[in-house]
Amino acid sequence: MTETADIEKLVGRAYQHGFVTDIESDSLPPGLDEDVVRAISRIKGEPSFLTEWRLRAFRHWQAMKQPQWAHLRAHPVDYQAISYYSAPKSKADGPKSLDEVDPKLLATYEKLGVPLHERARLAGVAVDAVFDSVSVATTFKDRLEKAGVIFCSFSEAVRKHPALVERYLGTVVPYQDNFYACLNSAVFSDGSFVYIPPGVRCPMELSTYFRINATNTGQFERTLIVAAPGSHVSYLEGCTAPMRDENQLHAAVVELVAEDDAQIKYSTVQNWYPGDENGIGGIYNFVTKRGECRGRNSKISWTQVETGSAITWKYPSCVLRGEGSVGEFYSVATATNLQQADTGTKMIHVGANTRSTIVSKGISAGRGQNAYRGLVKILPSAHGARNFTQCDSLLMGSRCGAHTFPYVEVKNPTATVEHEASTSKISEDQLFYCMQRGISEEDAINMIVSGFCKSVFKELPMEFAVEAQNLLAVSLEGSVG
Amino acid sequence: MSAPILSIRDLRARVGGRDVLDGLSLDVGAGEVHAIMGPNGSGKSTLAYVLAGRPGYEITAGSVTYRGEDLLKLEPEERARAGLFLGFQYPVEIPGVNNVYLLKAALNAARKHQGLPEVDAFEFLAVVREKMKLMQMDEAFLSRGVNEGFSGGEKKRNEILQMLVLEPTLALLDETDSGLDIDALKVVSRGVNTLRAPQRAIVLVTHYQRLLEHIVPDRVHVLARGRIVRSGDRDLALELERRGYDWITGAAA
Repeated sequence: MTETADIEKLVGRAYQHGFVTDIESDSLPPGLDEDVVRAISRIKGEPSFLTEWRLRAFRHWQAMKQPQWAHLRAHPVDYQAISYYSAPKSKADGPKSLDEVDPKLLATYEKLGVPLHERARLAGVAVDAVFDSVSVATTFKDRLEKAGVIFCSFSEAVRKHPALVERYLGTVVPYQDNFYACLNSAVFSDGSFVYIPPGVRCPMELSTYFRINATNTGQFERTLIVAAPGSHVSYLEGCTAPMRDENQLHAAVVELVAEDDAQIKYSTVQNWYPGDENGIGGIYNFVTKRGECRGRNSKISWTQVETGSAITWKYPSCVLRGEGSVGEFYSVATATNLQQADTGTKMIHVGANTRSTIVSKGISAGRGQNAYRGLVKILPSAHGARNFTQCDSLLMGSRCGAHTFPYVEVKNPTATVEHEASTSKISEDQLFYCMQRGISEEDAINMIVSGFCKSVFKELPMEFAVEAQNLLAVSLEGSVG
Repeated sequence: MSAPILSIRDLRARVGGRDVLDGLSLDVGAGEVHAIMGPNGSGKSTLAYVLAGRPGYEITAGSVTYRGEDLLKLEPEERARAGLFLGFQYPVEIPGVNNVYLLKAALNAARKHQGLPEVDAFEFLAVVREKMKLMQMDEAFLSRGVNEGFSGGEKKRNEILQMLVLEPTLALLDETDSGLDIDALKVVSRGVNTLRAPQRAIVLVTHYQRLLEHIVPDRVHVLARGRIVRSGDRDLALELERRGYDWITGAAA
């Protein structure tokens, strides 16, 4: 394949100047076979263990079938039509200035209070807008290095810390896990890597937002976070502003490992393009997120605010292996227009005295369909395990739907499992009450929805919580009428 | 009498396909307290809702003038900002929305309407605390959700607290006395009485005379079949207590 060879040459040349390349090359041609997998690995200069791992994943994937879900309507994805490697995208494709950007998008940035210099970057404008955050990121890097924290792109980790990557990669989400995780394992492009050394409390919140080159990690992103014994880290993923994105299918994998007494807090705000009122366009977000509380008294906490995507299919989960370990899941998911959200969590209790808490808030509006799907599994070894689950659904209008599928498997009689669920509508009584107090209908709706989500929002880092609230207000605008 | 705060002329209104108000007329002057009494289903609550602009009520005829303005043209929130307050018979719960947050948003909406800056957070809290004391409400109220898990009595106190903070020009209190024990009734009445002022008007909708022992009205009206069939002073309420409604409503038929 001469085309591939050309690309390799190009990439190879740029590569000499350091990892951050600015090649103008395009992508591998569409299609997927073993050569493509090898090419990805070679372009990225990966060690052989990783190439082999990718290939094993690919071979396994070929025998797998795309899952069918009870509550999603998705167009079939043609996996041979996707290009599996795109070098950092040629900026020439993007809009030349903010004047060329969809005014609707700009209006949204305005409402969300996105700083001016960030708007261009988010809209994919070919300017040096990124540079502001690069300098911020560099300052952060110094502080992190002093603390011994590793926070870099996945590719950089593969080059600089191959032993750590080899030790932990795929240990939480094995490539055989599911169709999308398997595909990701074969073709993942880049992502984030975090390692917090023993006893270290990470001196700041880590955010993908500040990671250099965070914008173009592509559709098969891979994140690995390892918290060594006694360490703490809070990680923020995503951004409240809608990102310009041309990939329809996103199949990311996130793995978290918490050793003895370690704590990981992982917060997500996801606002990808949901498609228009008729459900045209929009991103399919099929992500596998799992954390393993490997050590005693470790803790993993997932908090997510999901407002974007045409289809969201994600179940951030915790495997509670270590004795006394704790798993938490706090979620707000909205589905408006023709959006479909199927989200929830799995809490697998393996160790004794493990505890888990699930708080899920689903908001449906328009013709949106919102499903909570959760599994609480207590294995025979999990003496004294406890779970508390609360699932609340809020309906706006009469054409939307809310569905709850809680699965509970208890194999140990000493376990305690509690489940509470509710479905409510924003009632005309509530709206009229607020309006009789002088509050406009729009503000009243925002107030009621925020109140509904309060127990999740308070789990978010402070400034994220404010953004999330604004985001919710914007995405539900005009939903009741 | 100076120009009335509220002037209703031949008001007719339908809800759920039924005529509930059938040519109702009423004038309420500044500084006055009026009580509207009447049997169940006579249209008392409908009148309160129509004045506040609740959706679902169709005005088929008549007019309502509020401080010289056509009230029926205003949206519900505009009526509220213009100083019309409805104390609900059944205040709703709004889980997760803080009481103080709602109250502050309400006050600021009215202030904005009057061209005033937003209220200072500390001053606001001081005012709320003072009014809470008057209403004998617990400090914990400040951190609770709007009416969330409140008892019937607490909800009614909360309505009056909101009224005291918002200082409306026209207060419509829909059966504020229902579900209150005698002590709570006294507290609520005291709250209402502190609001009596020459520039305000209060309309009490009630079934029972006992509220009027604590809040003495200037005028008492009997509502039956969607119109006012008799008006008088507070003695009318006492007579109703003794004789029931039949002697009037029967006569009106």
